[in-house]
Amino acid sequence: MTINATGVYYRQLNEQIRAAFNNGADEVVVENVCGHRYLGTSLRSGRIVINGVPGNDLGAFMDGAEIIVRGNAQDGVGNTMNAGKIVIHGHAGDILGYAQRGGKIFVQDSVGYRAGIHMKAYHDHFPVVVVGGTAQDYLGEYMAGGILAVLNLNSGDQLAAGDYIGTGMHGGVIYLRGTVEAYQLGQEVGLECLEESDWQSLGSILGEYCTEFDRDPAQFCQGDFVKLTPRSTRPYGRLYVY
Amino acid sequence: MQLRKWLVEPEFRIERDPEKCIQCGVCVRQCANDVHEYDEEEEVVYSDSTNCVSCHRCATLCPTDAISIRPFPLEFRPNAVWTASTLRNLYKQADIGGVLLTGMGNDQDQPMYWDRMLLNASQVTNPSIDPLREPMELLTYIGRKPDSVQFERIAGQPRMTTQLEPQLQLQVPVMFAAMSYGSISYNASVALAQAAQQVGTFANTGEGGLHKDLREYADHMIVQVASGRFGVDSDYLNTGAAVEIKIGQGAKPGIGGHLPGEKVDAAISATRMIPEGTDALSPAPHHDIYSIEDLRQLIYAIKEAVCYSKPILVKIAAVHNVSAIASGCVRAGADVLVIDGYRGGTGAAPTMVRNNVGIPIEFALAAVDSRLREEGIRHQASLIASGGIRCSADVAKAIALGADAVNIGTAALVAMGCHLCQKCYTGKCNWGIATQDPYLTKRLNPNIATRRLVSLLESWALEIKELMGGMGINAVESLRGNREHLRGLGLTNRELQILGIKAAGE
Repeated sequence: MTINATGVYYRQLNEQIRAAFNNGADEVVVENVCGHRYLGTSLRSGRIVINGVPGNDLGAFMDGAEIIVRGNAQDGVGNTMNAGKIVIHGHAGDILGYAQRGGKIFVQDSVGYRAGIHMKAYHDHFPVVVVGGTAQDYLGEYMAGGILAVLNLNSGDQLAAGDYIGTGMHGGVIYLRGTVEAYQLGQEVGLECLEESDWQSLGSILGEYCTEFDRDPAQFCQGDFVKLTPRSTRPYGRLYVY
Repeated sequence: MQLRKWLVEPEFRIERDPEKCIQCGVCVRQCANDVHEYDEEEEVVYSDSTNCVSCHRCATLCPTDAISIRPFPLEFRPNAVWTASTLRNLYKQADIGGVLLTGMGNDQDQPMYWDRMLLNASQVTNPSIDPLREPMELLTYIGRKPDSVQFERIAGQPRMTTQLEPQLQLQVPVMFAAMSYGSISYNASVALAQAAQQVGTFANTGEGGLHKDLREYADHMIVQVASGRFGVDSDYLNTGAAVEIKIGQGAKPGIGGHLPGEKVDAAISATRMIPEGTDALSPAPHHDIYSIEDLRQLIYAIKEAVCYSKPILVKIAAVHNVSAIASGCVRAGADVLVIDGYRGGTGAAPTMVRNNVGIPIEFALAAVDSRLREEGIRHQASLIASGGIRCSADVAKAIALGADAVNIGTAALVAMGCHLCQKCYTGKCNWGIATQDPYLTKRLNPNIATRRLVSLLESWALEIKELMGGMGINAVESLRGNREHLRGLGLTNRELQILGIKAAGE
């Protein structure tokens, strides 16, 4: 089913999308999306293909659906997302995957500030974010679980991420392709080389990523990546006097 | 070496009357701070006052009233500037280092403006009303009200055609403030939820998520979304009666929260949806809210998630520009605005923040109500006053100043047995309220605590009706924002002006 978003306010557009799935559609294609917010909010199943640029909070609280964006996305992609998959064939804005508890977000190009902030894993919920290009400052801030990978493709000599990486991080793992300088790291994270088990889990994620964007997984090798993990699950445990 | 041992005297001294003490050991078993110890060889109970927090658990349960707890008699040398608490804090910080932590609300001797406002009563010119015999209405609806109301006539009968926004119905204009499962025990959470259901008001999950057992009370629970988004998913949002976005807390405006990992046990981990034993860190801001426009974005994201079926509350701390901030929150789409004054309670806050940041709820409430009226948007959101509401007279005064209802946190905890020792952050609450230790939590019987909370709200309801009846008012709606019924006592002209009330005698 196809919906034309031209001249439709986000609230009505979301109603139309929900109605389409309630009426049995498996896939909804939305044409001419231009800044419409909250698309796919709370959706549990189905697949939305967005042609255009969706607005902020794409897939907020999403709980199992799949969203394909043929264009760039704005801020707050996958905000507090619980399950499902978001694939963006372009760039995305700030706070991608804020408090994401599960599901996958794949971005073809680069993302803005504070990507993966407060991502958290719990039981069978395990969030994954893969960014094809680069990420700005505060990548993985307060991160508490899941995998956040930045592939730094096509950016020449640029570093994969900005400064303050993993500030306040207390769970999960960040993989960066290319070099990272000590000054870029938040004081709560440590830098390591990948172990075989890391490469296995990252490898399968990269395989899926490459399938989405029609890339060759053979271009990646273990030695290109570094791994960032929190030094403690209790970064501020000794901050207080009782 | 523990310098603290010889630089800081204990705060309290336990006095045990040897003639009354029967060495039964109740005090030994009741104290989580290991103050009392039974010496089996000598068959005597000793007390080490160093760790006493004066929570009164041992003294209350001592079957022979053998225990008294007094301030430690060796006082610091009198000094109005360098007070005992200032010196203690300096010694502690020099010893251990770190941020001073405290619990409950601000305990400093700063003016209580509720006590400087007096309510009115009818004499001669209009009759007072006796609530014991005449109908008296406390029913309150919380939520966005329409700009106007349209009717049509069907078969001669008027019928409202205006579609009303979702509302919460309160039988008493008092709700329980946000207290998370984690900061308080499971039994305390259950008691608040049960009492809210029985009385016809609302409890609030705080940011700790909704325990699965509490889902049966969800019609009387407000679910909170804070910056850490703990336990927040689509189900959670759709289960509660309303959703509250927590921006700030009166006890610690501008800072976030840290639930220490040792409190994150299996049940709390399941409710917050985080691994066991990890810190639950709430950043100071929501990182998707840096502006009023961003707040609007989260409000509407949640409205989308609940299909516009529930009111959205926004909770802010009372800070200097609170009226402008409140106006922005209402314009951003908040259906209910909760304002938490600087005396609001907390499970843990840095002492310096709790005691020095924010403004009294009395001023904040009056300023916000006035501002929203001036801008013609007061009807767009209900106002909840929170932070240091101690009694039914405070409730009546808050409503007369402009609140639709109030939140109570500390008063509710005290009803359950809290003795305000202010050590919630240690997790050793001897009353079983602010702890997750199963040995301590089982001390709080949820059904007894429920009954006590219900009694508290019922008695407040009766008192509010008495106060209203005395003023000749028979519906709480007629008291709301009715500042003619307040007079100031010992307030400056400027204070009277901000509160929007006349001085006593005027």
